[in-house]
Amino acid sequence: MIEMVDVWKTYPNGTNALQGIDVKIDKGEFVYVVGPSGAGKSTFIKLMYREEKPSKGSIFINGFHLGKVKEGQIPKVRRSIGVVFQDYKLLTKLSVYENVAFALEVVEAPRKTIRSRVMEVLDLVKLKNKLRSFPTELSGGEQQRVSIARALINNPGTIIADEPTGNLDPETSWEIMRIFEEINRRGTTIVMATHNREIVNTMRKRVIAIEGGKIVRDQVRGDYGYES
Amino acid sequence: MKARTFTRHVRQGFRNIFRNGWMSFASMSSVAITLFILGVFMLLALNVNHIASNVERQVEIRVFLKADTDKNAAHDLEEKMKAISEVDTVTFISKDEGLQKFKDSFGDKAYFFDGLEKENPLLDEYNVKTKDPIDTARIAETIKEYPSVDKVNYGKDTIQKLFSITTMLRNVGIAFVIALGFTAMFLIANTIKLTIFARRREIEIMKLVGATNSFIRWPFFVEGLLMGAVGSVIPVVILLFGYRYLLNFVKVDLNLYFLDLLPLHPLAWQVTGLLTGIGAFIGIWGSMVSVRRFLKI
Repeated sequence: MIEMVDVWKTYPNGTNALQGIDVKIDKGEFVYVVGPSGAGKSTFIKLMYREEKPSKGSIFINGFHLGKVKEGQIPKVRRSIGVVFQDYKLLTKLSVYENVAFALEVVEAPRKTIRSRVMEVLDLVKLKNKLRSFPTELSGGEQQRVSIARALINNPGTIIADEPTGNLDPETSWEIMRIFEEINRRGTTIVMATHNREIVNTMRKRVIAIEGGKIVRDQVRGDYGYES
Repeated sequence: MKARTFTRHVRQGFRNIFRNGWMSFASMSSVAITLFILGVFMLLALNVNHIASNVERQVEIRVFLKADTDKNAAHDLEEKMKAISEVDTVTFISKDEGLQKFKDSFGDKAYFFDGLEKENPLLDEYNVKTKDPIDTARIAETIKEYPSVDKVNYGKDTIQKLFSITTMLRNVGIAFVIALGFTAMFLIANTIKLTIFARRREIEIMKLVGATNSFIRWPFFVEGLLMGAVGSVIPVVILLFGYRYLLNFVKVDLNLYFLDLLPLHPLAWQVTGLLTGIGAFIGIWGSMVSVRRFLKI
């Protein structure tokens, strides 16, 4: 479960990115976060995996109170969340297998467990045949699937995705969305910032629209609502 | 930390060196080159110190006894001089021995002085050496005041000049080595910083998937240690072979037997230990300092 109570974020340069966000996302929900560029979507997402700290207000995620966790606890918070980025953020010098395994090595899992778990998630994203390839040898869609596999490997209750289809063509985007839907069907909460009108309007889910640092719309089975 | 994690860190450290081939090469070369220069100066400074000490060690105080001193008084004086804490050795040279030595120094012309044995004009003397040659003048002045001492001789002016030269040479040597040591540290640390800067993205991703800071740091620690150690092996090998050649060259080819350089052992071990130690330390320090900057995400 994710909850934000009166969250404000002001950057050091004076930008008021978020102004009083109140939101509650239940376990197992699939939520799109939409809004024009610069509206505060990215900040909203970054606050959830603690890349940014709120200037004011409280954020609760998977039982952690983000404002109160100690520096040493942050890795634990991040392990309870899987994050998927627009630019994939893969380690180019590591193979597909190593990139995914990395997130488990971090928690000092036994090698055997790592091996079977990596195979499991690579199977889910249909990349089992590419495990020895390096990210540069893969297409954009394949790279995004690797990053989804990495986000999934810790069995996180929540996946946070920041424009995961932003760099992909429509067909590949759908491929990725089908994977997200499958993950959500298995009970994982998904919060996804997106600009993809077609996807939001076709795969109907809860939509939170952010404009000028405020939530201006929160609809169950909503639509994109902006001209793209 | 679990043993499994430890082996992972070591493995990862090794792997990183190979995967960042050129950057690792740059780091190791800068370690190698700076440590080589440092090593050359170190050998130079050590040898200057060695030669200076040798020269200093030859400094001694000659204490001449009054002609009428009897055995007991001489013995008292000897005990008194030995009791001075700065004094190392006291050797008695009777006037007969003194004359013999004097004659010997004339070789086959020694017969000029035949007959002097009956009316030996020399005085009995003590040769006194201090533990630290720098005390020579002070001790000589003290001994001069003792009863039964006729006069002391210690080459006053020569000694002072000698000491000011050796002290200066030593200080210059130490200053050079220290200055070079610092230069080496910053040069190497900078190169390592660059290699790690190129990998800040890697560190960022590690943090985002929930790696703890120490988990991220360990492979870099191993990497820094290895690069520093490997980088120092090359200059050590070159320096030791070069030095062995130099020793041989000075003794055999130049025939400079009076130029008493430090022998290869135990110098070889000292230089190896010191340079490898410095290399490893700088490697670790450089990589730790650089990683820390990127851990604040």
